[in-house]
Amino acid sequence: MIKDKSPINIMLADDDEDDRNFFNDAIKELKINNNLTVFKNGRELMDYLEHPNTILPHILFLDLNMPSKNGNECLKEIRQNSKFKDISIAIYSTSSAEKDIEETFVGGANIYIKKPNDFTNLKKVLKEVVNINWQFHTSGLNKDTFFFSI
Amino acid sequence: MKLYIKYDINQACRVILQEQLEKFGIQYQLLDLGEIEFKEAIPEEIYSQLREALKKYGIEMLDNQKSQLIQKIKDTIVEMVYEKDKLPTSTISSYLSDKLNLSYGYISNIFSEHTYTSIENYIIMQKIERAKKLIIEDGLTLTEVSYKLNYSSVAHLSGQFKKTTGLTPSMFKRIVDKRRNMTKE
Repeated sequence: MIKDKSPINIMLADDDEDDRNFFNDAIKELKINNNLTVFKNGRELMDYLEHPNTILPHILFLDLNMPSKNGNECLKEIRQNSKFKDISIAIYSTSSAEKDIEETFVGGANIYIKKPNDFTNLKKVLKEVVNINWQFHTSGLNKDTFFFSI
Repeated sequence: MKLYIKYDINQACRVILQEQLEKFGIQYQLLDLGEIEFKEAIPEEIYSQLREALKKYGIEMLDNQKSQLIQKIKDTIVEMVYEKDKLPTSTISSYLSDKLNLSYGYISNIFSEHTYTSIENYIIMQKIERAKKLIIEDGLTLTEVSYKLNYSSVAHLSGQFKKTTGLTPSMFKRIVDKRRNMTKE
């Protein structure tokens, strides 16, 4: 339906293989034209991001619990580097406590996702997240006050 | 040391455009509202170099008629939400269709086909963006914001804020304040 030439670049870092596959399948079903790159842990992700030839993603999904650099450590490193200021960061978490949500946003995340427990919900959540991020990206909205919790 | 600057985005854009167009030796005339008229045909190669050069400044050349129309719809919505002190009292659909001189059905279809969202959602998003600014930059209370943005009640504004951001307005404000304090330290 949509013939948009410039695809949206998406990255995911998650240590759980099943979760990575579900994510991949859900993203494939989105109508939005996209490129997805997947990493098994935070270190792999950061090495890739820091490589000078890397095309930076529009949106990065970070699982919180990962071996060798967890999601919070990645978030911190990314937000300390102005090179990455345009990347929207979506944190995947199992908690829905207001305190955790607030801390994540204060730490520099733009999107907080309470991990959906089935595939239908995952698809719905990803669709909403990718779409709202696309609006921010294409309408030049202020990323400093871009927060979305779902 | 901290210093405040005041700038005119329109003026800045015009100067950037002039400099770049002159750099490529292009004969042009700057019209209002982001339009440029080229005096002669431009070779494809120069055209794409100019596109790249302007991209660096966040200036995008729109050469497809549909994307121009989408941009015009977006600009009209933003103008409606931001520049008027009050949103129009007539319906939004007749406001847009009058301004753009097109039927609302056409505007609405072409918009959702190309933006992954609907006009209605886009307006809500822009209104909430303005609400965010009014809350943090102008320090307005929710009652004041809801009046300024033509919400029927504070509850309606809070509800739409929560639906659009997933946060309550007060949590939003707390997050922004905490972030600011962090960068000050």
